Amino acid sequence: MTKAIVTPRGAKPNRIGPSRIILYSILVVAAVYYLLPLYVMVATSLKDLDQVREGNIFAWPLRAGFDAWIKAWDTACTGLYCEGLKVGFWKSVQITVPSVLVSIAIASINGYALSYWRFRGSEVFFTILIIGSFIPYQVMLYPLVIITRELGIFGTLPGVIFIHSIFGMPILTLLFRNYFAALPVELFKAARVDGAGFWGIFFQIMLPMSIPILVVAIILQVTGIWNDFLFGVIFAGTQNWPMTVQLNNIVNSTQGVKEHNVNMAATILTGLVPLTIYFISGRYFVRGIAAGAVKG
Amino acid sequence: MTATVKQKRRRLGLFRNLSAKIAAIPMIFTTLVVFVGCSIWTITYSFTKSKLLPVKLFTPPVEFQFPISLFNRSEEGFLTWVGFDYQWNGFSKLINTKFLVGFAQYDRLLDATRNARWAESVENILFYGVFSLTFSFTVGFILAALIDQKVRFENAFRSIYLYPFALSFVVTGVVWQWMLSPAGIQDAINQFGAWAHIGFLENLPFKLMASGDTVIFALLLAGLWQGTGFTMVLMLAGMRGIDGEIWKAARVDGIPKWKTYIFVVIPMMRGVFITTLVIAASGIVRLYDLVVVLTAGGPGFASEVPAKYVYDFMFARSNLGQALAASSMMLLTVVIILIPWMYLEYGRKKER
Repeated sequence: MTKAIVTPRGAKPNRIGPSRIILYSILVVAAVYYLLPLYVMVATSLKDLDQVREGNIFAWPLRAGFDAWIKAWDTACTGLYCEGLKVGFWKSVQITVPSVLVSIAIASINGYALSYWRFRGSEVFFTILIIGSFIPYQVMLYPLVIITRELGIFGTLPGVIFIHSIFGMPILTLLFRNYFAALPVELFKAARVDGAGFWGIFFQIMLPMSIPILVVAIILQVTGIWNDFLFGVIFAGTQNWPMTVQLNNIVNSTQGVKEHNVNMAATILTGLVPLTIYFISGRYFVRGIAAGAVKG
Repeated sequence: MTATVKQKRRRLGLFRNLSAKIAAIPMIFTTLVVFVGCSIWTITYSFTKSKLLPVKLFTPPVEFQFPISLFNRSEEGFLTWVGFDYQWNGFSKLINTKFLVGFAQYDRLLDATRNARWAESVENILFYGVFSLTFSFTVGFILAALIDQKVRFENAFRSIYLYPFALSFVVTGVVWQWMLSPAGIQDAINQFGAWAHIGFLENLPFKLMASGDTVIFALLLAGLWQGTGFTMVLMLAGMRGIDGEIWKAARVDGIPKWKTYIFVVIPMMRGVFITTLVIAASGIVRLYDLVVVLTAGGPGFASEVPAKYVYDFMFARSNLGQALAASSMMLLTVVIILIPWMYLEYGRKKER
């Protein structure tokens, strides 16, 4: 009696046929290609300099150790200074944290105003904002140097934070506008009837409801700003250069022998923050980068 | 009487919804001053021979008199840039050095015989753009279609294809610079050849960055490694958005899967393709970090790109007019990409 239920009848739905094997082989080969640079980075950084000199970048590290990591963090030279990447790391933190907070604060309020408090011309500003996000940065670089100079923040941390807040605005505003527009209007109307105003509704109703989109925005901004090079070079000032700029200086400085294991360790250290965020957050990261393409 | 009422109303109109307007000040500033204002400023000044200060007049302040290694691979130091920053105070001097020269900057820019560097930059970015769009669309679509076949470990595969996109161009450039150097992949292949006694592998050259003819492929290899996953994710999202009934209908009619993809799915994904194209293309126009880190524009000018041309003339050579003319050309390119897209996007909406 029970036997009829236990053994399934007919072909198995997911039988491993030749086409499946080809499918998986292609996927695996592609995966190997994508993973290879990561492997080279990690393997090289764990080698000692003798093994690096022997060549063969794909070889497994024989005497694995974190010496190169420590050197990259603590004593690697950028130009004349040999203080390692740690300086750039802290500068990147000092740039990223306030930039993320400021840009998200501005963009969430923008999105909220554009969804519920439209005023004359607000849609025009929004359209310009979206079109503006396609303008090459080079077009606006120089005038922005003048503007930040006149504001007295050129070559300072506030200067680069200001720039990141500007250029993060289009995508973040789009993100928040679409999110708020999808919330039920009744919520807003009920709060209005109860006498809540612009800020009351924003802080007491909208903000608590926008945790998921806040997470998406934070991930998008942290990775974007951490990875920035151009704005850091120009607007942060030499003493505030972020980690990406320092990495370039360590790797492409011409003095002395090239220590590829230290360079690769420095590369991993620079990529560690966005990579960690990426592998932890998964779907949220995808939602953020797809926000500009998939209209919601 | 009526006039005052009207005035009152107008004033009320301005103050209506005041909180929203105050809250939108940063957005209004960004759109009007930065996006519109700065673009107009750049276009206007591209018709001048503004050079800022002559470089020789200036001596850097003591605290800046150390070699800054950022661009020590190029012939121009970074020092001029830092120095100019300390010499120049605001608009007044700029206006003093401003002379209208009409299209002279553009003549100089576009004259391929006198200015080979710009011609090379444009040629490079066109080649890079066409090649990388074709490749990333084809591979991105195929990978997305394969992942769409209800594979196991879908998330793992997707994460692996996309992770380079989370890394910066600087990190990408550094890794590929190491892998494409003579001590990188080439050495690994040669050592393998020697070990396995395969003659031609022993001396197989694989140094894309050594020659001006192949250096663009080094940029492509690195750029595609970083960006193809992004195209794939957008394509996959597009495929997932297609109604499942389509698949059932195709199956009932006995149409093979690959045919369904080419003749049914691709036409249905037109919107996704166009949007991806616009985002990818405007990213390509901006290509800068990767070039600086991977090749520094070399050997010679073989891997120069427009964005780097602008930067170098602006900050290293203090030839502002020329830089602004070049950036205006970049803006023009983006406008040419954008207008058909906006026409399609918004034109169609109005018809509906």
